Amino acid sequence: MTQSIVVQVGQCGNQVGCRFWDLALREHAHVNQVGVYDEALSSFFRNVDQRGADSSGDKITALKARAVLVDMEEGVLGEILQGPLRSLFSSTQLISDVSGSGNNWAVGHHTYGLAYREQIVDQVRKAAEHCDCLQCFFLIHSMGGGTGSGLGTFVLKLLEDEFPEVYRIVTSVYPTAEDDVITSPYNSVLAMKELTEHADCVLPVDNQSLVDIVGKIQHMSNTGKPGCTIKKDCTIISGQGGVVKVEKPFDAMNNIVANLLLNITSSARFEGSLNMDLNEIAMNLVPFPRLHYLLSSLTPLYTLADVSVPPRRLDQMFSDAFSKEHQLIRADPKHNLYLACALMLRGNVQLSDLRRNIERLRPTLPFVPWNQEGWKTSLCSVPPVCHSHSLLALANNTCVKSTFFELKERFVKLYRRKAHLHHYLAVDGMELAGFNEALSSISALIEEYTHLESPLMPNAPRLTIAT
Amino acid sequence: MSVVSLQLGQCGNQIGQELFSVICDDSNGPNRKKYKQCSDERFFYETSTGELVARSVLVDMEPKVISQVVVNASKSGRWTYGDKACFSQKQGSGNNWANGFCVHGPRHEEAVENLVRREIERCDRLAGIFTMMSVAGGTGSGVGTYITQRLRDLYPNSFILNQVTWPYGAGEVIVQNYNSVLSLSHLYQLSDAILVHENDTVHKICSRLMNIKHISISDVNKVIAHQLASVLQPAYTADSPSHYCTNPIGELMSTLVCHPEYKLLSLCNIPQMSSTSLAYSVFHWPGLLKHLRQMLIASARMEEGIDWTVSAPSAVTSRGESATNSRHKNFNLSLANLLILRGKDVSTAVIDGFKDPALYVPWLNTENSFSTWSSPVAFNGYEKSATLVSNNQSLLKPLNNIVRKAWNMFASRAYVHQYTKFGISEEDFLDSFTALEQIISSYTHL
Repeated sequence: MTQSIVVQVGQCGNQVGCRFWDLALREHAHVNQVGVYDEALSSFFRNVDQRGADSSGDKITALKARAVLVDMEEGVLGEILQGPLRSLFSSTQLISDVSGSGNNWAVGHHTYGLAYREQIVDQVRKAAEHCDCLQCFFLIHSMGGGTGSGLGTFVLKLLEDEFPEVYRIVTSVYPTAEDDVITSPYNSVLAMKELTEHADCVLPVDNQSLVDIVGKIQHMSNTGKPGCTIKKDCTIISGQGGVVKVEKPFDAMNNIVANLLLNITSSARFEGSLNMDLNEIAMNLVPFPRLHYLLSSLTPLYTLADVSVPPRRLDQMFSDAFSKEHQLIRADPKHNLYLACALMLRGNVQLSDLRRNIERLRPTLPFVPWNQEGWKTSLCSVPPVCHSHSLLALANNTCVKSTFFELKERFVKLYRRKAHLHHYLAVDGMELAGFNEALSSISALIEEYTHLESPLMPNAPRLTIAT
Repeated sequence: MSVVSLQLGQCGNQIGQELFSVICDDSNGPNRKKYKQCSDERFFYETSTGELVARSVLVDMEPKVISQVVVNASKSGRWTYGDKACFSQKQGSGNNWANGFCVHGPRHEEAVENLVRREIERCDRLAGIFTMMSVAGGTGSGVGTYITQRLRDLYPNSFILNQVTWPYGAGEVIVQNYNSVLSLSHLYQLSDAILVHENDTVHKICSRLMNIKHISISDVNKVIAHQLASVLQPAYTADSPSHYCTNPIGELMSTLVCHPEYKLLSLCNIPQMSSTSLAYSVFHWPGLLKHLRQMLIASARMEEGIDWTVSAPSAVTSRGESATNSRHKNFNLSLANLLILRGKDVSTAVIDGFKDPALYVPWLNTENSFSTWSSPVAFNGYEKSATLVSNNQSLLKPLNNIVRKAWNMFASRAYVHQYTKFGISEEDFLDSFTALEQIISSYTHL
């Protein structure tokens, strides 16, 4: 069984991370009724005794999360240390400073990066030493701010240097067009360059999509149409049953991202008839090294309260996974080209249902010609809390280029006027060349995706044997 | 003589456990003392407490599947796996053939070889090594191929029979075609015979013939296990007509693999139906054999949807004429066939239909191309059951598809960086493609 370490950077990263730990505890508590410290728990948690050393023996004494929490201002981390999740983290796992990065990527990346490099490496190494077999780092951050974006990508580079064999899966929250941070395009594009070069897989998430999904669920729960009442506590935005009792404003949206992370790792943690490990995600979904941005969608969003709903719901779940309302970024995958797709099922779904739906959906989805049947499937027998089954669809689709294109446009709008640049150039280590490189990196990425969409040459002729 | 099994990767381990279950259940049926004795000697050994332990080595790069399989085995109460017969690591091969073959294989070869040697030394006489793996993943295919290579070097005089499972055409793993091409090209040089199962076919058998509404992986595995057991369980052969054959794998090889260029074997087993229908069905040998013969000629893999319009060219018409004639266009030419009949009144079965020279290639004597094994003991609950193990052209089409898809993907160099990262270069890919094109060409021009 392998272990994973979560590194959460910045305000957004830490808030999402908190929801992740809360929901992870809830899920394990649901599955593990006897309180034995099993393999599944060990993937994210350590079992420690009074003195803080790893305890031997099976019963759970105290759990500590395998995590490193980084933020350059104290507010968020302070809240964690006083909240109900404080026992999950020892104070050394939290790295903080006082004044924050001021929404400035350069400050986060260069100034704080340099200052805290040693400390961060130390903490990550300590966490890694407690792991039997470390497989993956999960980095959670946002792209629009200063710390998450700048220091987050610095940490990414650091992880690649120190632990080159461990996978790096990054969950990035992209800013919307109506974002309140004016310099978010600069921060995002500068961070994109680092993500393209140093991450193994990126799961981009868009705030606007999360808002739409939350709105949809709340609409469903408020309409009260007969036959449509949903179990309010059984949606992917609900944190009911977790340790944290008080719900905070962004919690609904953050729960969705937390559920995404739980579902990705479910097949690696729990048993099933067709397992899928984390290294298989990178192997199957990344055909070319730089094109590692994966579109994700989670279904179903809620369970109906009426239990006599027919099993046609299962097929509906598969169709929903490919509709544009369920994607976690603003994109329409059906009108763009699929390079590869993975379906990760949890719960009470059989092989025949899976195969039937793949057959049904295949003709409706445009796949790239050299990967016409590019599906990766996995079945995990443990369902998520409150649902009897769920599906996570991860796709490598060229529709992400439209998100990047918009980002680039907003960047260029500011850059043309050199607006706000002086804040960045005032930082030691940041130069104008950095901006140019970041711009060309994102342009090249968009170009690569576009290139795949153009009709290719006819298939190369097969090798022939002289008879 | 005993068979040592090697279960590799998730698929191999799951199939292996089902296989031993079927063998054990079948041996414990009524009226078959000598049959059970022979089968137990072949597949199990007895501990001092009288418990049956399978002669099997379980290998996987991650622990979840093996632990589940071992638990399922002990649940049966009749047999278990040896407690030191398992080898697993913490982290899987990530569906990457190169990772399995170049990294995990060499790293763990000694440990696995020791386990296999212990099993072999425990046998009085070794009938052969039987491996089970899938070709789509990373461990079964990559590590499996590496281990087969090592075993071939260590035991050059033993028979190695590889059972491989080909994945669903519509994708289970995105790089399955690359993994399949790399495995098959290497295995062809190392193995004595490759026995192929296709998930698509077995899935259809489950849905159409056995009427299972919600097919699960274990249903598919049970069908595969049933088919494999029908070949491996004791039978009387031409060489040993009075007592159970002691060299099953060797005889299988000598009948079916006459030339090292032609090693792909396929399996057909009839009848297959759900246990509820079984109670109401009666079988007759003529009917079964007629269906089986047509299944052979028309490349049908199950007893439904057989194309009865296809027929063998008669000995009178020349080759050229028969190729253009539509009735013969889909005709499946065989190199060799082995018919295994189990059940009541087996001696009354008339098998002359299979001796027709038109079914076989002209450059082989029909006496060498066809043999029969039989056993009067009813197999696995079926009063009469017939299995055909065949070396013929029916696997050409699926093999061609796999190579075509892999080649298209390779032409755009997609995913190749994942393999070069671990030491498989583009040259190696091209070598494998060449090897497979050679195999396809040999079978097409039979």
